[in-house]
Amino acid sequence: MIDAAFERVRERLAGVAGGTDVSHGVLVLLIEPAQLLATVRALRDDCGFDLFLDVTAVDWPEREPRFDVVYHFYSTREFVRVRVKTRVPAADPTVDTLVPLYGSARYMERECHDMYGIAFRGNDDLRPILLYEGFEGHPLRKDYPKQKEQPLVPYREPKP
Amino acid sequence: MTTQPARTAPSGAFEFLTTKKDEFVGWARKFSLFPYPFVTACCAMEFMSVSSTLYDTDRFGAALPRFTPRQSDLLMVVGTVTHKQAPILRKVYEQMCEPKWVIAFGVCATSGGFYQNYAALPGIDKIIPVDLYIPGCPPRPEMVIDGIMKLQDRIAGDRHPIVNEKF
Repeated sequence: MIDAAFERVRERLAGVAGGTDVSHGVLVLLIEPAQLLATVRALRDDCGFDLFLDVTAVDWPEREPRFDVVYHFYSTREFVRVRVKTRVPAADPTVDTLVPLYGSARYMERECHDMYGIAFRGNDDLRPILLYEGFEGHPLRKDYPKQKEQPLVPYREPKP
Repeated sequence: MTTQPARTAPSGAFEFLTTKKDEFVGWARKFSLFPYPFVTACCAMEFMSVSSTLYDTDRFGAALPRFTPRQSDLLMVVGTVTHKQAPILRKVYEQMCEPKWVIAFGVCATSGGFYQNYAALPGIDKIIPVDLYIPGCPPRPEMVIDGIMKLQDRIAGDRHPIVNEKF
């Protein structure tokens, strides 16, 4: 049944997805950033992926384009998952927002923006959600110093 | 019905005692610790365990949690404190009246533990003074009880100025 569902997705997205693969029971689609909205709309409307699970990113400092933006979707009818990956460069890490398709994307994109600095074109509320106002940088990027702190309360002087 | 004679001291009975003011106030204070649990993380499970029946911190007069800092005199910081929470912890501490004591419960509150990163405060003593550290991840209830008793010993042996510049 899972194979049949994946086959339908493959057929529907034959012209869009650059590569498809099955990894640990999840169908993986690799697409261009420009194809994102069309792909996700097809997944939602035609293939039944009605639940947006998460969006996150992967930082490959040595690679160009540097970031993978990774989406996961779930079908509550067929109980299958699909992963959509797209690549954006460090100079302009921008993808389209999914807020018009899935309202929950508003918050998940804020977290991804916090942690990786991915910009979501069309999401008008990218304030920090897990970090705080005034935090500089994006802590889950590989070039963020591992132990760098940005305290909000000044530290006490150590006792002599 | 016979009338009882007025109660007078039988010979040899315990009727008065002499002590020193600091010892007397310290004795009173060490058995009336009102903790404010600033509980943020998994150490809370161990805190519940040590508070409830089996270990029962009530035996030490330190069981009645006050959920406002203004009514408490023992701040128990239980669990990881993040940089985002640090201003809140600082404000809670500042709202407590003198005299007040602080326990860092667990290794995260003590030093940040294994969180050495952008998010976690590396020990609450970076922002507020701490009287007692209880290490462990989480600490055993026996360690917590030992810690409370050590704090009580300290309170009992402390100076307790009743009138000073602070209150």
